[in-house]
Parts: sequence; structure tokens; C-alpha cells
Amino acid sequence: MDINKYIESGILELYVYGALSESESSEVSRTLKEYPEVRVEVEEIEKALLTLSSAAAPYDPEFLLQSLKEKLSRRHKVIDLPKKGTNWAAYIGWAASILFLIGLFTLFNENSELRESVQALQAEKIQMETDIAEARNNAQKTQELLFVLRDKNILEVPLQGQSIAPDAYATAYWDKEKNITYIDAKDLPSPPRGMVYQVWSLKMDPLTPSSIGLLDKFESDVNKIFRLENINISEGFGITLEPEGGSTTPTMEQLYALGTVSS
Amino acid sequence: MQQDQLIIELQSGNEKAFERIYQLYSVSTYGIIYSIIRDEKVSEEVLQDVFLKIWNNAPTYDTNKGRFFTWILNIARNASIDKIRSKDFKNKQLNLKSDNFVDILEAKSNSSGKIDAIGLQKYIDLLEPMCKKLIDLLFFKGFTQKETAEELDIPLGTVKTKNRVCIDKLRSNVL
Repeated sequence: MDINKYIESGILELYVYGALSESESSEVSRTLKEYPEVRVEVEEIEKALLTLSSAAAPYDPEFLLQSLKEKLSRRHKVIDLPKKGTNWAAYIGWAASILFLIGLFTLFNENSELRESVQALQAEKIQMETDIAEARNNAQKTQELLFVLRDKNILEVPLQGQSIAPDAYATAYWDKEKNITYIDAKDLPSPPRGMVYQVWSLKMDPLTPSSIGLLDKFESDVNKIFRLENINISEGFGITLEPEGGSTTPTMEQLYALGTVSS
Repeated sequence: MQQDQLIIELQSGNEKAFERIYQLYSVSTYGIIYSIIRDEKVSEEVLQDVFLKIWNNAPTYDTNKGRFFTWILNIARNASIDKIRSKDFKNKQLNLKSDNFVDILEAKSNSSGKIDAIGLQKYIDLLEPMCKKLIDLLFFKGFTQKETAEELDIPLGTVKTKNRVCIDKLRSNVL
């Protein structure tokens, strides 16, 4: 860089005026640090302008310094005092507020944990209530069955597995007085999807089947004991597998269990 | 540099440094303010405000951006312009018959009672009319190079070179 040319360009005067853009100014500041002769030039321009503007002052405002300093010292004290006197208080304050925040956070955590466990307990309670209701239901059913088994008026008819399922086995308990037949189907295989067991009351001579009902909800019934109305004078019972909803006549190829009433 | 050290001390809140800064710059700053405001009492108020700003804002001064003198100059010009635009100043309806610093210098040299009137005339005499206008706009009023070119209706480059010549003349007499 031709320093003399740079100085002669007049940029330094504008720099001291503050008439340059921020980036131009920064650049001159850099050049000034690099070249002592630029620095000297800038200082001389500054001195001339300082003298010129001083000449424009009506008088030396030296007497204002005292009141100005009082304004400073007031401001200064305000800044100083907390530095010296209240440092501990500030530290304690900060520590307290941090502890408070930690405490708050812990409480918040604990609270949400408690809320979660309450929710879990509530869900558990509902599950247990359901279980209890189910157990009560089962117990009632069991008791009913017990009554049935002990009743001397009940006729027990074993139903043997047929060729389609030789291992199948069922029992019919027939209460003639109440016209009710209980089917214990514990040893029947689960029916395939869309199929259902249908129970038939049979007359032997000639063979006449009449439907007395379906073993609905076979899968979900725990005891596998079904209570069916039976107004017939039955001579035997048969169980066939039928399409869902049952059939009007039994599908003999799907006969699972069969037994006759011994007279 | 001594000046740099002084600024660092001022920035760290040293009152002695502030006093020194006041001694160095208060007359010049008062001159700048007065050249804009033209009222001694109001200018005193503004001067005090300016030096309080210098005290409070010293930490924001960045030596890489420009001269400390320029920084003060900007604060003083802005504070003065704010003042003359303010409502309470306008209400005073101050008599602003003087046009620029030259009139102030002339007025001062005419009043024989003032001590520093001696030698002022030479500043005025040596400056041709264009120089007076350039220095008034660029230095006292804080115009940019572009604003000055438009105001005086001269090419942008001329502002820079012509002003250089004017300041050179000033320096040859002042220093």
C-alpha cells in the first residue's frame, strides 16, 4: 500500500469526523495500527479539530466537573455497595433459590410418580373387581351344578365319542321335573371358527332328533357346563358340530357324542 | 500508549481517569454542542449529559471501530441534535441567527473581553468559504460524505480531497 497516497486521499480526516461507514472505519483502524505514520497523521488531524472545536466553546466548562463527579460518585456507590456488603446475601439467595428449584423438581417428580402408581393401582383394582365378579359367577354356577349332581331326580346320561372324535366325551344331566338338561362338555374338542356344537334330544323308534340348543361361547366358558331347556321326553342325546347359528336337522357326519337314556 | 491506558482505566470505572478525560475533551465537546445549540446554559446541561454517557457507556467503546475522540464527537452531536429537536427546547424559541461555527468564532473575536479571542481570527481568515462549509457540515454537524456532497452540490470525491486541503491549512496554523 502506498501510505502517502493513502494519507493524501483525505480518508483519515473523514475517519476522525466519524463520516465513514462502520466497515471503512474498522479498516482505517487496522491500517493505523500497522503504519505509525498513519497514526501520527490521525493524531495531528485530531489535534487540529480539537483546537478548532475548543475555540467554538464560549468558555472553559471546568466548573461543571465537580457537580458531574457527584453524579458519578452517587451512581458509583450504588454499584459498589452490593459488591461489598451483600455478596453473602446474594450467594445465600442464589443457593436458596437453587435448592428451592431442586425441591420443586423433586416434588414434581414424586407427584407424577405417585400419580402413575395410583393409576396403576386403579387399573389393578378394576381387574380384581372383574376377577371377583367372575369368581362369584363361577362359584354360583358350581354351586348350581352341585345341586344338580346331588338331586336324586337328575338323570345322568354319558355321551360317548363317535367315529369322528373317538376321544370326545360328554355328559348330559337331565332334570325331568324342571325340563332342564345340563351338558358337561369338558372333554369335547374346541369347535373350529364359525362352527358351533348343537345338542339334540332323540326319540329312538323311529330316530327323531329335536334341537334343544347350542353350546354358545364354548371357548370362553370355563366350566364347559351348559344349561339347556328340554321339554322333550328324551330317549337319548346327541351332539353335532354345525355352522354358527345351528341347523334344523343334525349333520350326522359331524356327530361328536351320543348316548341313550337307560330305562 | 498513554491515551490507550487512560481509556482502559476509564472503562474500568476509574474516576481519576474520568477527570483526565474531562480535562482533555470538555472544552472541545462544549464547542461542538454550543455550535449546534447556541445557548450557553442548555449547552452546559447537554455537556453534562454527554459526559455522564461517556462515563456510563465507556465499556462499549471499541478501539477497533474508531478514535475515542470520534466516539465522544458522535455522542455530543447526537445529544445536541436530540436537544434542539425536543419540545421543551423548541418552546424556548431560541434565537438562532448564527449559521455555523464561523459566526461563533467571529462573535468571540469581536468581544475583546474574552481571553481566547486572540488568534481565533486567523482560523477564520485562512479558510475559504468552501472550507468553512465543509468543516461545518462534516465536523460540527456530523454529515456523511454523501450528505455533504448533496448539500453543497459537489461531486462525492471532491468532498474528500477538498476537505483534506482545508484541514491541511488549518493544521499549518494550529500546530
